Amino acid sequence: MRLTGFFIFAASVALLPVLFPNNYFVTVVGIAAGLHVILAVGLNLLMGYAGQISLGHAAFFGMGAYASAILTTRFDWPGLLAMLAGLLVAGTIAWLLARPILRLRGHYLAMATLGFGIIIHVIMVQATHWTGGPDGLGEIPPLNLLGWTVDDDQQWYGVIAAAMLLSIWLSLNMIDSRIGRALRAVRGSEFAAQMMGIDATRAKTQIFVVSALFAAFAGSLFAHQQAFVSPDSFSLIISVELVTMVVLGGMASTFGAACGAIALTLLYEGLMVFEDYEMLIHGALLMAVMIFLPQGLFVGLSQGIRRGWTLIASRQDVQDARKAIQS
Amino acid sequence: MTKATPLLAIEALEQSFGGVMALAGVSFQTHENLIHAVIGPNGAGKTTLFNVLCGFYQPTAGSLRFNSQELRGLPPHRIAALGIARTFQNLQLFFNMTVLENVMVGCHLRARVGLLAAALRLPKVRREERQLREWSSEALELCELADHAEQPAGALPYGLMKRVEIARALAAKPRLLLLDEPAAGLNDTETLALRDLIMRIRTSGVTVLLVEHHMPLVMSVSDRLLVLDYGSVLAEGTPAEIQANPQVIAAYLGGAVQYAV
Repeated sequence: MRLTGFFIFAASVALLPVLFPNNYFVTVVGIAAGLHVILAVGLNLLMGYAGQISLGHAAFFGMGAYASAILTTRFDWPGLLAMLAGLLVAGTIAWLLARPILRLRGHYLAMATLGFGIIIHVIMVQATHWTGGPDGLGEIPPLNLLGWTVDDDQQWYGVIAAAMLLSIWLSLNMIDSRIGRALRAVRGSEFAAQMMGIDATRAKTQIFVVSALFAAFAGSLFAHQQAFVSPDSFSLIISVELVTMVVLGGMASTFGAACGAIALTLLYEGLMVFEDYEMLIHGALLMAVMIFLPQGLFVGLSQGIRRGWTLIASRQDVQDARKAIQS
Repeated sequence: MTKATPLLAIEALEQSFGGVMALAGVSFQTHENLIHAVIGPNGAGKTTLFNVLCGFYQPTAGSLRFNSQELRGLPPHRIAALGIARTFQNLQLFFNMTVLENVMVGCHLRARVGLLAAALRLPKVRREERQLREWSSEALELCELADHAEQPAGALPYGLMKRVEIARALAAKPRLLLLDEPAAGLNDTETLALRDLIMRIRTSGVTVLLVEHHMPLVMSVSDRLLVLDYGSVLAEGTPAEIQANPQVIAAYLGGAVQYAV
């Protein structure tokens, strides 16, 4: 079955709050992890499948968040409408940016997206009149979904979990389709992909926009869930963390990205007890993973398990054969 | 020869890279349902000719008409859409995908599904996926690759990888197929199988333009030959004419030899 993994994942996400009601790690950390999954899955479409790097993805995350924050607090827009506006803004900017920026490759593309992320961050800090500057914007009303107001952690867990599953489902669908294959083909050999009639520029532009939409979507949810946004949540560090999640989990795998996002979120939480040594241990762990599982946690481990399984199965075969000979 | 309009008509084609004339005024025509080989010593401009045809280089001068339509100035993906497919001298497989997926990418132009429909997995996406699998299986069948469909493309032996490239190109249902040194690196058995495959491709109604160094293969499979030397046409004609052409012998074949596979 194409979606077996997805259903298993969805079932575990749904079971967690039932098994551990009011558990801090489920309802609080789980929400953060869910948002990270949306961001990482979106970024993986661009990095893992299209082979383009973005070191400025927090900018699109911020656009969604600030669009929701500004429109709901200053103009009293309903939450969903503000979210749509945020998607529209992030999507349009990504589209305008894609043509000039995706012509670049490797280090140059990384530099360009990095610059873009910094510019957006500076605007968030400097345009005090709109964004509230470094102090941020508070008192964002809770999200209202067609009459139902999301206002406690349990409900937020449900909403974010649903949003996260939606983004995973969309990503799995896209990758296993004509569009996804075209994208992977461009990564495999741009030369050959073009000769198959694939417009490489168009394919990359499309996925850059989709990836920005995922980030803006997560941003809107984040703004409502936190009821507060400030530029700190959308800085360069966040962009780098997102890239780390994708690489850590395993590139070119939707569940890999999701796994990386969850693992890194849990790591941040778990390492808090070490206080001053937090960053040290964090760095050491990342290095260890990259040295021992260069394909990432999810991809590396699942390949390892598969290899182990075939080994066990083949040993079983050998034993069966021996028995057959002896009898 | 047929009097009909040629499938491909190249006139006074020039391609220079800085001071180097890779193609110095090449003119030739090829007609529907032929196997037309392009031969010549290394550096004669054969692959350059293919790359110009596919839109990867913009020619310095001259014209290329495919089915009476000018190709000059079109980007590669538009040229592909007109019905030209190719394989590559250096393998350009999508190593990150399975054999079947590689060939399904070949069907890209025969499918319609867009991003939104794909993301939402609408019913028409499922229908189209089934259709693509069917078309791809046909191409794999023709190239005798059906057993390898689910393998990662990078896990195949070299000879099979070269055939996956042919299957992928055929999946596009082209009118003209450009094969760039398909026999390079193949052993004798594989080369014989390749000859049969090229024959089958022609039978299925596809015109083949073949760049190849393997003379026995070229002489036994081609209807006509174009001989390039230093970017210009040295000779053009049937295999028999070419083998008897003193200029060709002096420049390339190096003595009268009987070729047979």
